[in-house]
Amino acid sequence: MTPRSGEDVPGVRKAAVATVPLLVALGVAALLVLLVGENPIEAFRLILQGSLGSADKLSDTAMVWVPLTLAAAGLVITFAAGLWNIGVEGQIALGAIGAALVAREVAAPPIILVPLTLVVGVLFGIVWALFAGALKTYGKVNEIFGGLGLDFVATGLTIYLIIGPWARPGIASTSGTEPFPKDAWLPSLGSTRFSPLAVALTILAVIGVWVLLRGTRFGLKLKAVGKNSHSSYLLGIPTNRYMLGAFALCGALAGLAGAIQATGFHYKLVPSSSGGYGFLGILVVLLAGFRAAYVAPISAFFAIVAVGSISLTLRLDVDSALGAVLTGILVLFALLGTGVRSYRERKRSSTAPRAGPTEAPPVSAEQLG
Amino acid sequence: MSLELRDIHKHFGAVRANDGVSLTVAEGSLHGLLGENGAGKSTLMKVLSGFYQADSGDIVLDGSHLRLGSPDDAIAAGIGMLHQDPLVFLPFSVLDNFLLASPGSAVLDRRSARREVRALRDRFGFSFDLDAPARTLTVGERQQVEITRLLWLGARVLILDEPTTGISADQRNLLFATLRELAAGGMIVIFVSHKLEEIEEICEDVTVMRQGSVVGSATMPVPPEDLVAMMFGEPIEITERTGVPLGDPLLAIDDVTFEERLTRLEHLDLHVQRGEVIGLAGMGGSGQRTFLRGIAGLVSTSDGRITLGDTDVSRRGYRDRLDAGIQYLPAGRLEEGLVHGLTLTEHFILADRRSSGFFIDREAARDAARRRIEEYSIKGTDASTAESLSGGNQQRLLLAMLPDDVEVLLMEHPTRGLDIESADWVWTQLLERRQGGTAIIFASADLDELLRYSDRILVFFSGAVFAELDASATNVDQIGHLIGGRRSESMPGGGT
Repeated sequence: MTPRSGEDVPGVRKAAVATVPLLVALGVAALLVLLVGENPIEAFRLILQGSLGSADKLSDTAMVWVPLTLAAAGLVITFAAGLWNIGVEGQIALGAIGAALVAREVAAPPIILVPLTLVVGVLFGIVWALFAGALKTYGKVNEIFGGLGLDFVATGLTIYLIIGPWARPGIASTSGTEPFPKDAWLPSLGSTRFSPLAVALTILAVIGVWVLLRGTRFGLKLKAVGKNSHSSYLLGIPTNRYMLGAFALCGALAGLAGAIQATGFHYKLVPSSSGGYGFLGILVVLLAGFRAAYVAPISAFFAIVAVGSISLTLRLDVDSALGAVLTGILVLFALLGTGVRSYRERKRSSTAPRAGPTEAPPVSAEQLG
Repeated sequence: MSLELRDIHKHFGAVRANDGVSLTVAEGSLHGLLGENGAGKSTLMKVLSGFYQADSGDIVLDGSHLRLGSPDDAIAAGIGMLHQDPLVFLPFSVLDNFLLASPGSAVLDRRSARREVRALRDRFGFSFDLDAPARTLTVGERQQVEITRLLWLGARVLILDEPTTGISADQRNLLFATLRELAAGGMIVIFVSHKLEEIEEICEDVTVMRQGSVVGSATMPVPPEDLVAMMFGEPIEITERTGVPLGDPLLAIDDVTFEERLTRLEHLDLHVQRGEVIGLAGMGGSGQRTFLRGIAGLVSTSDGRITLGDTDVSRRGYRDRLDAGIQYLPAGRLEEGLVHGLTLTEHFILADRRSSGFFIDREAARDAARRRIEEYSIKGTDASTAESLSGGNQQRLLLAMLPDDVEVLLMEHPTRGLDIESADWVWTQLLERRQGGTAIIFASADLDELLRYSDRILVFFSGAVFAELDASATNVDQIGHLIGGRRSESMPGGGT
């Protein structure tokens, strides 16, 4: 009966927690491919080839990895504060709108214009996140509902801009605005979409979040608020301000993701500029066990599957939806794995008697690193 | 029918709440389980009622071994427990509280449930209204509801955990009569208490627990001295209050009104001097908590003036008052005071509101934490999490987290649930702070504690200060009467 807490679990076990579900999910996906009469090894090879096989594909994968990782890194912060920032999708969309606004309306050399698009995108993301935050802290609106509502508003706003004020001349099309002037494009390598700046910013963001939550007073207080906002308040932490801070930081990263999507991937404003990366980012964070360090590799895996599965349809008689199925199975098994682990830990250690009706910590609280 | 617990072990982290407990209770008996706070009584009963699962040991009822995975299993086996705070679902009506937990078909049979429940209620002379919202019931009535519910569900073994806390004298008499009737009818009633007089009054047999083990059992009557000796083991020197000359006026509360949800405390007046200890007596929910939270700034001051020294703090919020030196320590140590999942080091960093660097110097923080842990003899390491500490050590941690210069310390139940040694240690710390000029205002349900450490005692009754007493000129009986809302003839007027 040795008491055990998350901190005591050796690294090997942590790694096992992350990889076992992955292997199981791959196994199930392989079975599915077998069922439709194709060779699973071939399918996986095609996915890898389709995502990493050429400079173009590699850069596409990188440019999917960037917004996904940024959104997930931001979500690590809001989860640390005990918040389900479902509004992240809308925050990405607003980042794209902000960048599009600058790209369309400001004429300046790229050295000024490009940073400006990103900065305005970040600001738009922050503002949108603070709406959700203010609803939560001052309006007592659960952040999940507030965020979801704001997601719809953001989508509506994007479509309004595309078919309204920013419509392409002569055509009423929802395919997007006119491409931005070249000066506003995120600089990329050669003819690919690969933007070293975007990748560098993303890596910096992940490291920043890791440091923030690991070694700073702000991060510690944020975690305290997330784990027990009542105690935190009594300890003298301004809990509302910290929650708003978490929203703002996540909104900033989401806004950056949206700005990069607009100026570095689509080169225009499209209706679904968030690309679902916000919701996918939530899954990434759940799989990462709410740890910033794991977000980057897990996002990479998702990006590879998403980009690579497109080539499945072209080369095998397998629908590209297999990629989505694989992702879904993976998430399910990973969550199941986490559940099984915490159940077993609860069984093993007697430290935590059953939670009474009054103490219901936020879902994320136990796993926060 | 007989009930037997064999060699029950239950550990919480490093704390051995039950360390090999065996207990046998015969049919139709009223069995007392006696022991100090923290002796392991509640844990044992929660194991018996399926709320906790024992690490090892057997529960045998009528010769069959029971596996109790939940309170549901226990009640199905005929074992029901009345908790210290009756587990009534407040938003529902009383009748719905019965239906909520009723097994059987998916369709609720309100009519027959109502008939059955009413019959049970009337049989015991209980008075609760079946259609009243549960939140309007007093603690005593909730208890009656819960007992009726357990009987309705078919309990043959009824466990009562400190059932007389917070109920009126009439309700207590009715409760005791009911228990006697149930035992006479062949049921097993286990009565858990740390109050000797109650055990003497009602129980036929008694088992005494100390520090997680059974230290003795006897058939009543037993000389109280023997029971006391069993409960406490070696007599412990209790730190007594030493007369401290009170200092300058520190805190002035003038004609203040606090409002918090259903509680409204009006026209409060209290002047506190440096080094003074004010005890707040009263049943739970009589307004003590609102009073403390109001002074702390957690409940808004809707009228009047609060001054600390020369500063008017009436309109200041909680954090400003914290900065001014008004500290509040809540009753729920782990729920409201500490943060589940954070280490002791992290707690000390959070509590240190004066350091404000952006980055944390981990090494310095760890060293500081280790010093504090040693200074306050907390059984844990700098990397232990708050929840792995025992209740006593959690209270030590909370005290260790206080800054050095506290002006007014507001505490709820400073020693609730602590063993006698930890409780004494807590008061040694508090009295030391008092020597340094800190004023202490504390609420407690323990009348001895109130009398032993307070200079003055405010008695709360139904949302008002009912009496103000000089602690050296009163006694348990007088306070006990006042808590129940009764003024005896010999009482000086008092009140506000």
